[in-house]
Amino acid sequence: MAASAPAWTFIALFLPFVAALLAPFLVSRLGDKAAWIIALAPALSFLHFCRFLGEISAGEVVTGGYAWAPSLNLSFSWFIDGLSLTFALLITGIGTLIVIYSGGYMKGHRHLGRFLSFILLFMGAMLGLVVSDSFLMLFVYWELTSIASFLLIGFDHEREAARRAALQALVVTGAGGLSLLAGLVFLWNVTGVTQLSLLVHLGDALKMSPFYLPALFLVLGGAFTKSAQFPFHFWLPNAMEAPTPVSAYLHSATMVKAGVYLLMRLNPVLGGTPAWEILLPFFGGVTLITGALIGIRQTDLKLMLAYTTMASLGLLVMLTGFGSPHAIEAAVLYLVAHSLFKGALFMVAGAVDHETGTRELPLLGGLRHAMPVTFAAALLAACSMAGLPLFAGFLAKEEIYAALAAGNPRAVFFTGAALAGNALMVAIALAVGLKPFIGQRKNTPRHPHEAPITLWLGPVVLAALGIVFGVFSPLLHAYLSSPMASAIIDEPTVVTITTIPHLGLPLALSVFTLAIGVLIYWQLERARWLMAQMLESLGPGPDRWFDHMVTGLVRFSAGLMRIIQPGRLEIYITITFILVALTLLVPLFVFDELPDMPAWPTGLLVQEAAFFVIAALGIIAVLRAADRLTAIVSLGIQGFAVAVIFLLFGAPDLSFTQFMVETLSVVILTLVMTRLRLSVSDHRPAGQVVLDATIAIACGLGFALMLLKSVGRPLDPFMTDFFDAYSKAIAHGANVVNVIIVDFRGTDTLGEIAVVMITGLAVLALLKLRVGKRGEG
Amino acid sequence: MNTLILRTAAPVITALMLLFSVFVLLRGHNEPGGGFIGGLIAASALAIFGIAHGPGAVQRAIRFHPMAIAGAGLFLATMSGLASLIAGVPFMSGLWVYPDILGVEVPLSTVMSFDIGVYLVVVGAITAIALALETEPENGSAHDEGSR
Repeated sequence: MAASAPAWTFIALFLPFVAALLAPFLVSRLGDKAAWIIALAPALSFLHFCRFLGEISAGEVVTGGYAWAPSLNLSFSWFIDGLSLTFALLITGIGTLIVIYSGGYMKGHRHLGRFLSFILLFMGAMLGLVVSDSFLMLFVYWELTSIASFLLIGFDHEREAARRAALQALVVTGAGGLSLLAGLVFLWNVTGVTQLSLLVHLGDALKMSPFYLPALFLVLGGAFTKSAQFPFHFWLPNAMEAPTPVSAYLHSATMVKAGVYLLMRLNPVLGGTPAWEILLPFFGGVTLITGALIGIRQTDLKLMLAYTTMASLGLLVMLTGFGSPHAIEAAVLYLVAHSLFKGALFMVAGAVDHETGTRELPLLGGLRHAMPVTFAAALLAACSMAGLPLFAGFLAKEEIYAALAAGNPRAVFFTGAALAGNALMVAIALAVGLKPFIGQRKNTPRHPHEAPITLWLGPVVLAALGIVFGVFSPLLHAYLSSPMASAIIDEPTVVTITTIPHLGLPLALSVFTLAIGVLIYWQLERARWLMAQMLESLGPGPDRWFDHMVTGLVRFSAGLMRIIQPGRLEIYITITFILVALTLLVPLFVFDELPDMPAWPTGLLVQEAAFFVIAALGIIAVLRAADRLTAIVSLGIQGFAVAVIFLLFGAPDLSFTQFMVETLSVVILTLVMTRLRLSVSDHRPAGQVVLDATIAIACGLGFALMLLKSVGRPLDPFMTDFFDAYSKAIAHGANVVNVIIVDFRGTDTLGEIAVVMITGLAVLALLKLRVGKRGEG
Repeated sequence: MNTLILRTAAPVITALMLLFSVFVLLRGHNEPGGGFIGGLIAASALAIFGIAHGPGAVQRAIRFHPMAIAGAGLFLATMSGLASLIAGVPFMSGLWVYPDILGVEVPLSTVMSFDIGVYLVVVGAITAIALALETEPENGSAHDEGSR
């Protein structure tokens, strides 16, 4: 296995992408049953990563990869430790269930293949993100998850709300991605390494750097937008416009945890400083409370879950930044437990929606008889979310309270935040997992039936895992939580918490949380009304601000466009030539590089002098010409005179080219003039004439001075000697100019003729476009 | 412009100029000339023909669309560069052969085919622009005549 392991890992990483390509074909052949076959891809990846459990739990890391651009120290390389492995297993494991679930949920949808393709694209990106070793690879995958998320949120692109939500998510996470890129560049510049595996062992080097704070802010910008931390949280609830499998997978179990992943990954190098231990818990705590409070206000099952997801992400960020090993262990346990129960609850919400036709909580009730299996899964997941003993959620909650309740004022504050947030989440867990199924049967838009196996398999497996992990906690700790916590803290850590309740402060806090949660659940209507009042009084939130920002940006760029792209050729040309003149003249004057006055030529032959005079006469003719055509032809006189001068002074190739270019410019300019339907002669107001003349003279003067300056210096004969010596000898050509063009500098010429070709195509396209428009009009 | 003299002389001038352009192209390696200049001469020749007999006549005479000629030239130039890879030398290295044709030793090289590629690109691209400009928009031709 050792020899082929890297190849297998490579295949496991790319299997989702391959499946994404094949999905549309399979679906068009086999219909929605194809989901079962497509689910094999993530399942195989999952099994492959399972094989690493032994090595990782023994404290080893798995690395591998392929050189990409060795000269730039870039590689496609992976680095799998406890943290990466836990994420990889969640991504592929839940991904398998989600693909199966999608087959049932989107049954009969005409774009099911496309949908599965996007889901798998996301899966591949997310998997790559968590195993990436190199910064660049991490960033590319990070952006790819944002793009996949955009495609999935906007999947129902015919609805405006979905389009808006998709764009919003892309703008927020995309901006965060740029911030992350800048942060990574900082990390790279400060430490000189481009690989996470090297970075995490650098110790305090980064924290001592003066660039620590900018780097931290930029990285947090990436992590907070991705993980929907306040005040960037607004895109996550809006992302619920996506079909439910997407909400269950991207926007609860995996993608939104990418930010948390990044923080955990960088904890050894960035963590432990005052800035880290203030910013993370503060923003995490605010997000936790905000999310839980707004969640209570909702009546849509998915939105309730979305806001609790936001709250949970806040809790994870708070724990990651809290700064004690216990808090990290709590974060690890909560992350795993949350992925399981939240994924399950989202899928339950989707199943209920699918079977009854509504997700509105007040319209649902008494579904336990109609949907017993779904009910069982919902109840188990809700119990884990509420943190009842025997469930994985309980382990997490005990560890959270054990970590936070340390006695100092700071700890009391955050314990309070955690308590309030958790209590609200207990209430929401019961509202989502219990309320639709008990009580009086209500009339729903559709007559409810038990969901098909595709729809209940996922929730049942995830909910069951929640209890399995709770009961067999040593197993969970040995293979997942201890290695993951060790990776985050960067020293061996053993998680020991079990589901058997110990008397103590954490247990008391847990019981207290449950009690308040049940109380809120009991008074849910009133709590919702209270929250609605409160939010009303607070006025518009960041969601509206985003709209204002976007409209403002559009207005600003439209205004800017009107200034810099007025659409009038004279203005473009005027500005271009003013800049040319400034570029030529300013450095000459500023750096005092003006050329010496050239000596009057001696020994000039009559015919040579005559052509200088002809050139000057050509220019005068241009200026004096009565109509445009005469002016163009007169310009030709000047050009031909210059060509003859080239010929007289020993540059026949240049002269030839000049002749041909002059001829063709006169022909083409004439043709253009006739097409532009200009008036025969040129009528410019006097002011315009003065301005244009000034610009023209300045440009001419600039070129003249620059040429004088460059020929004023003694010519370095190196190149001339080289070409004289080797042109005939190794390139078999006596014409040095041509040999340079086609042989010595042949690659340049290849580029130039490509430009000529592209210019031709562009001119052709512009002319054709214009003709077409006229024809229509 | 559309005089009898020009219309009568144009085919002869064009033919001579095209012949001369090939001569300039081929002598370019040792005497003044080369693909760029040759291409410009040929493009001028076709422009004269176009002015005298209209763009349709030029298009019929050269058979292919001028951009296709330019494309073929770019392809030929690229292939001439890539040929050296087969011989195991770096991109764009010149390869020479000296076949004996009718008792005369004729030096042939990828450098020459590269130069022919340059020639074709220049002819094609410039002729395409000139022809497009000579093709007057249908509903605007009367106005154009008036403004001349």
